[in-house]
Amino acid sequence: MPLFARTGQRSHNGPLVYRQSVLTRLTHWTWAVCLFFLLPSGLQIFNAHPTLYIGNESGFVYDNAVFRISAVDTVDGPRGRTLLFGHAFDTTGVLGMSGPAQQPRYRAFPSAVTIPSYHDLATGRVVHFFFAWLLVVTLLAWLIGSLANGHIRRDVLPTRKDLLNLPGDVVDHLRLRIHHGQGYNVLQKLAYAGVFFILFPLIVLTGLAMSPGMNAAMPWLLDLFGGRQTARTLHFLAMSLLVLFFIVHIVMVLVAGLSNELRSMITGWYRTSAEHKGARP
Amino acid sequence: MNQPLLNRRKLIGLGAAGVSSLVLAGCDQFDFLGESDGTVRAILARADGLTYRAQRLLIRDGALAPEYSETEIRQGQRPNGSRDPQTEEYLALKSNDFVNYRLSVNGLVERPMQYSLAELRNMPARTQITRHDCVEGWSCIAKWTGTPLARILDDVGVKAGARFVVFQCFDQLDDGEDLYYESCDLIDARHPQTILAYGLNGQSLPVANGAPVRVRVERALGYKQPKYVHTIRLVDDFSPFGSGKGGFWEDRGYDWFAGI
Repeated sequence: MPLFARTGQRSHNGPLVYRQSVLTRLTHWTWAVCLFFLLPSGLQIFNAHPTLYIGNESGFVYDNAVFRISAVDTVDGPRGRTLLFGHAFDTTGVLGMSGPAQQPRYRAFPSAVTIPSYHDLATGRVVHFFFAWLLVVTLLAWLIGSLANGHIRRDVLPTRKDLLNLPGDVVDHLRLRIHHGQGYNVLQKLAYAGVFFILFPLIVLTGLAMSPGMNAAMPWLLDLFGGRQTARTLHFLAMSLLVLFFIVHIVMVLVAGLSNELRSMITGWYRTSAEHKGARP
Repeated sequence: MNQPLLNRRKLIGLGAAGVSSLVLAGCDQFDFLGESDGTVRAILARADGLTYRAQRLLIRDGALAPEYSETEIRQGQRPNGSRDPQTEEYLALKSNDFVNYRLSVNGLVERPMQYSLAELRNMPARTQITRHDCVEGWSCIAKWTGTPLARILDDVGVKAGARFVVFQCFDQLDDGEDLYYESCDLIDARHPQTILAYGLNGQSLPVANGAPVRVRVERALGYKQPKYVHTIRLVDDFSPFGSGKGGFWEDRGYDWFAGI
């Protein structure tokens, strides 16, 4: 693992730079808390009707479902089954049927990943909407502040030069060769821009499109997403992509150096690589 | 300085430990949020009040819920909750095809009234094809016909102090003692799509869907559409009803406004 080792060495040679503003750090941790509660409370809400459809309504006498988690009776006894675009997967133990073998629970997502752990749609909704508000308010504060202080233009949106450098950056990432500079590399910029300008708006707007109240005020939201049930499906898809982002985010933090990355997101100060000694302060 | 901060083995180990501890820990440490009288829950639930005020601010009082075309009715209205009430009073009315049914409108009104089903049917009606959104997450499109509630409210004359409309029903859910009830504010009560529905998809409203009369409040979730309604009461507070939260499901922890 020579490349990996070199990366570790390099990360301790350069100067400390002030990398993250107070606004970025505060909003980052607020979002972390929000998503921590939004995901399991959302899965609690999903469990109340664990089927996703395309269109305005849910087909009960016809089939417009694209995803369904259920428990089914088989010759071997009950099993957990997940349907995705017509393909069935046996997900016993995790989806549809989970918990101890003597006392299995028949629920879509298992107790370990829902808030509360037992079936309680009302509480799931209370938790979900509180943190949804907090997420949206924090997003707006970040958006206004980061447009004003130049964070979005300077650090988040990839420049032409960044994009030209994309192939090289992909190769660097594949070889786990991490450059610790003042700014983000292009894959980082694309990932963050994707979350800020695609996933967060998508998950907020599909959430609003599910509100019968908001449907009266903004019926175009339903047209935009192709119906309330499609919006619910897209909300779930956006959640899945955010979870994927979170996993990659955590892996990259560990690869790039946990203490340095954590320090920069807590104190703002970041240790750059030796090669970045000439970087702007 | 020759040792990397993190090698691949450590990384995988850390990842595995993280994931397994998350799964093992689960989320039951937040189960206290389910306690209806908890302080933290009460704080979180204040967001529902914020949603109510925000929606009242953003949505015009008369803004209509989306209406659909006949071709978008592709199935019967899925019955949910009570489907066949067993209270004595209701069974007696049902056995006689609701001929003896009377809808009482009282409380903070100038002229308390009673309406038979025939009288309601003879009043100007509104028909609308709308989407029913259950709090569980599913939706179903159906055509509803009924008497606009605003017309009834004009008929009885709402007194100045009235703030809410409470709908009292014949049905009990889950073999419990409590009778179903619901409520809405006067903005939703006077909304043009708020009707006392007696017809569904061109037929008389079936028992499973709330016969003889159910309320449609089209900008709210399904539990705000009470079935088997016998009394409409104008009030200024909910405390005399159920546990005082304004509805059967509200008494069980669901938000009152239900616009989201």
